[in-house]
Amino acid sequence: MSAYTAQFEDIPGTRVFTAERAKRGFQLNKFCMSLMKAENRERFKADERAYLDEWPITEAQKRAVLDRDYNTLLDLGGNIYYLAKIFATDGLSYLQAVSTMTGMPTEEYQQMMVSGGRSPEGWRSVRERR
Amino acid sequence: MARITAGLTTSHIPAIGAAVDLGKTEEPYWQPVFAGYEWTKKWAANDPPDVVILIYNDHASAFDPAIVPTFALGCADEFPPADEGYGPRPVPVVRGHADLAAHLAESLILDEFDLTLMYEMAVDHGLTVPLSLVYGQPVEWPPRVIPLAVNVVQYPPPTGNRCFSLGKAIRRAVESYPEDISVQVWSTGGMSHQLQGPRAGFINSPFDNAFFDRLIADPQELSLLTHLEYLREAGSEGIELVAWLIMRGALGPHVSELHRHYHVPGSNTAVGHLVLQPV
Repeated sequence: MSAYTAQFEDIPGTRVFTAERAKRGFQLNKFCMSLMKAENRERFKADERAYLDEWPITEAQKRAVLDRDYNTLLDLGGNIYYLAKIFATDGLSYLQAVSTMTGMPTEEYQQMMVSGGRSPEGWRSVRERR
Repeated sequence: MARITAGLTTSHIPAIGAAVDLGKTEEPYWQPVFAGYEWTKKWAANDPPDVVILIYNDHASAFDPAIVPTFALGCADEFPPADEGYGPRPVPVVRGHADLAAHLAESLILDEFDLTLMYEMAVDHGLTVPLSLVYGQPVEWPPRVIPLAVNVVQYPPPTGNRCFSLGKAIRRAVESYPEDISVQVWSTGGMSHQLQGPRAGFINSPFDNAFFDRLIADPQELSLLTHLEYLREAGSEGIELVAWLIMRGALGPHVSELHRHYHVPGSNTAVGHLVLQPV
């Protein structure tokens, strides 16, 4: 890891999409992009497992897609703008899908946003605890 | 000679596009978001430019993991709305200006900005939501649009300084175009937001409001803000703000502020909007 990318590890609760993560997630993200075609969305919805098995992605990546476990997908090289094609296929908004990564029920997350969003206090730096 | 008559920045939240497309703009949740664009709609109707150079970031729509261009200029005659997984937005095809785009490409590349040139490109919410906010739901978008996509998906994105310098080069390029046309430069994205992980929902209003002021008064200083500082203070997707410096560079040293709007939230995001004029 370069010094440039290493500094981003200090941002709490965040996976910055570096070249290293892009390499790990290359095929996963290609799978996501395939869902931009309506006929692929239909095939995926008809049999998710069978559609995933057409892709050279890891079993852990397939499992995380089936579980819609977005935090794990980020760890496995996914990026939110690719992963968005999965939750769009599910008919979910960004807000609905993003809330699942926070551990909050969607309504509670929505209420936090309406109340001004998540405060930066405590979310700036792991090392400096601020 | 062509001239840059105004600059505009705005968030490009996909849910704003959905609210327009589904007729929800008067709902209590959305009303304060759209109210801040009423002034802009009147202003835009009074003085339509011939061309908008529209700077945005592609959200893995035109570019898949196989290609990551830092700056990609749309040189085609038209750009269809992308299918981002929901089906394409029901909006007009974006009409380009291939002649000015070819001139920009030549001028900018000879000015040592090594752009990627796009002759086929679908455009996503990053480009079409700003058009909806400013022009509503017309049969055809009033101006011609030259898309300029800035990578903020895979790190590193361009630096603030590079964006600011590119903006200055765009000004030189436009001013050397022989036809007498008016050009606006829009930069879209931001403001503070994070769409991933346990930190999602991050909003930093003091930072955003200071960003407006710094962009107007001291863009040179603002251009030195590091990627780490964007991540820390604006959230991981707040990095989109780096592209606002392209618009600012294109307007020249001094600007007057015609309009400002800020509202939290639009979906996961702080909505921010500025209209500026070179002086």
